[in-house]
Amino acid sequence: MPLLEIKNLHAGIEGKEILRGLNLTVNAVEVHAIMGPNGSGKSTLAYVLAGKAGYEPTAGEVLFNGKNIFEMAPDERAAEGLFLAFQYPLEIPGVATMTFLRTALNAQLKKRGQPELSTPEFLKRVREVAKKLDIDPDMLRRGVNVGFSGGEKKRNEILQMALLEPKLAVLDETDSGLDIDALKIVSEGVNRLRSPERSFIVITHYQRLLNYIVPDVVHVLSKGRIVKTGGKELALELEARGYAEYQQEEAAA
Amino acid sequence: MNVTADVKVMKTAAESALAQTFAQARARLPGGGAIAARRQAAFDVFASEGLPHRRVEDWKYTDLRALMRDAKPLASPPDAKAKAKAKHAGALIGDIDARRLVFVDGAFVPELSDLAALEEGLEISSLADALSEPTALLDAHLGKLAPLADVAVALNTALMGDGAVIRVSTGSTIERPLHLVFTSSEEPAASFVRSLVVVEPSARVMLIESHDGPAGSDYQKNAALELFVGDKAHVDHVKIIGEGDGALHVSTLAAAIGAHARFNTFTFTSGGAIVRNQLFLNFDGEETVAHIGGASVLRARQHADTTLVANHVARGCQSREVFKSVLDDEAHGVFQGRIVVKPGAQQTDAKMMTRALLLSDRAEADNKPELEIFADDVQCGHGATAGALDEELKFYLMARGIPAAEAEALLIQAFLGEAVEGIEHAGLREALMDQVAAWLKARG
Repeated sequence: MPLLEIKNLHAGIEGKEILRGLNLTVNAVEVHAIMGPNGSGKSTLAYVLAGKAGYEPTAGEVLFNGKNIFEMAPDERAAEGLFLAFQYPLEIPGVATMTFLRTALNAQLKKRGQPELSTPEFLKRVREVAKKLDIDPDMLRRGVNVGFSGGEKKRNEILQMALLEPKLAVLDETDSGLDIDALKIVSEGVNRLRSPERSFIVITHYQRLLNYIVPDVVHVLSKGRIVKTGGKELALELEARGYAEYQQEEAAA
Repeated sequence: MNVTADVKVMKTAAESALAQTFAQARARLPGGGAIAARRQAAFDVFASEGLPHRRVEDWKYTDLRALMRDAKPLASPPDAKAKAKAKHAGALIGDIDARRLVFVDGAFVPELSDLAALEEGLEISSLADALSEPTALLDAHLGKLAPLADVAVALNTALMGDGAVIRVSTGSTIERPLHLVFTSSEEPAASFVRSLVVVEPSARVMLIESHDGPAGSDYQKNAALELFVGDKAHVDHVKIIGEGDGALHVSTLAAAIGAHARFNTFTFTSGGAIVRNQLFLNFDGEETVAHIGGASVLRARQHADTTLVANHVARGCQSREVFKSVLDDEAHGVFQGRIVVKPGAQQTDAKMMTRALLLSDRAEADNKPELEIFADDVQCGHGATAGALDEELKFYLMARGIPAAEAEALLIQAFLGEAVEGIEHAGLREALMDQVAAWLKARG
């Protein structure tokens, strides 16, 4: 059974159709890259998968671990092992990062019927993960993402991912707004998490990120559909030639 | 004075009942000639104005004439049963160590209060005793701050039965907070409590007022506190309004703050059917720093009105006003805040912020911030917001596995936390956040 199966997915926002019959299958262990021009539906796909209000599907099906995700609330999808690293992580003043992380982790464990972590166990886990991502533990006492730089926010997303250990992580333009050093740290963080129990969908506009997170499969998304699928060399090809031909193909079709 | 003449001008049942109450009680209320005359003068204000109603600007959102269907008779002295129950009153402050002064239905109960081993520089007596044998302290301070023009204060002055009279003498630091516990018995009655606290120069004290009572009883409470903060004194005042769900609660803090002082006051409101919390603050001395705050959590058809007047008379004072309310169901939150800067109050730095979080379409928040500035070298500002929970933030939390109710609870706690931060006492901050957690839990 594939980990994720998207069949003929149609979805949009405010009555405007953005995904128009998208098909995608992701198996365990695989790293898929989804590339595409602005407006092709990349972020919409990420939000539909995570269950954001307003991004409801109009047709099609998405099975995660064989279960219909459209019957699950966002927190249930997360507990099932789906993780979305946000393109623009939000600031939550007044909610300490530590509280946020512990509440999230324990809520997931509880939903899966596993024992919750005690405070010392939790702190130990967080410190280990933070160290690997070069995150100062003092930052975790602050409000979630409050006063964090763009790079720190993205690292905090990866920290959450490392802590929550999802089966499938969807990285929505994780490279946006990162300088090369931050990009390396974030990519190393992701690579460390690659494992036989985990798959990734890396959504990006640019090939640059894929130098560091090397995908197994590359898809080109255009106008709400996957129009081409290839190996990692497809990303290089896109970098050299741009998206113009895919947009034209679509227009001609 | 012909009392029946007063009754005639009364329009509503509650107004008539209050007039009758005064007529019947005035002979036995504590205090001799001068006090009795003062009561009568205060009652005359009520007699000519009646209960405040919506056309009285300061009471625009809390129309007592319409809201008060009746006026309860004055509470009788608490019996043994009421006293026994009051042993557990004041639990709203959690387990922090404080000196308890317990008032049941407005009457001081010494046997429930902790008057042992008073710290040096601390004097405590009951108002009833002080009125019977007025001291220099009482003569010099009682009625000097609470504005009689306000009808709630006028009624309190006319009918004041008991309360606390506290003096902290010059230079004394009282480590253990004083906890004034105002609790009500099952008897649906009215109580009028009046307290006087004089904190002399360079003294330090923390004062906690908690108000509670039984659920399902429509008792009425009018509580006023006159507070003098001397030069270089440091006073923390926290009021917790956790009345029973049927209660009418009107309370007033009238304070005069001296120079180079620190003054913090915070009101937490979670109980009562109708609550009016008034703050009349005068910054009479220069270079004082004050934090004035409040947090309310309201549900069902609760109505809570905070009305604040911060009057900057002296130069160079800094005041921060932060008030937050969380409104669920059909609750109604009101904030009226007025910052006045007198001509002599140059270099005043006053900033007022009020925010309401509406958890239901039927909840209502009214905000009326005002600045009246008569000096030209000042920094003053105000901001007001009202809105629903941020759905984007909620989604972010849910996308990490946090269920909807828990995500909302985290956001609500964060929202109120910013206001509660203003309280210096860590234990009390925790106790109030526990109250918030309990409120959220009951929300389900």
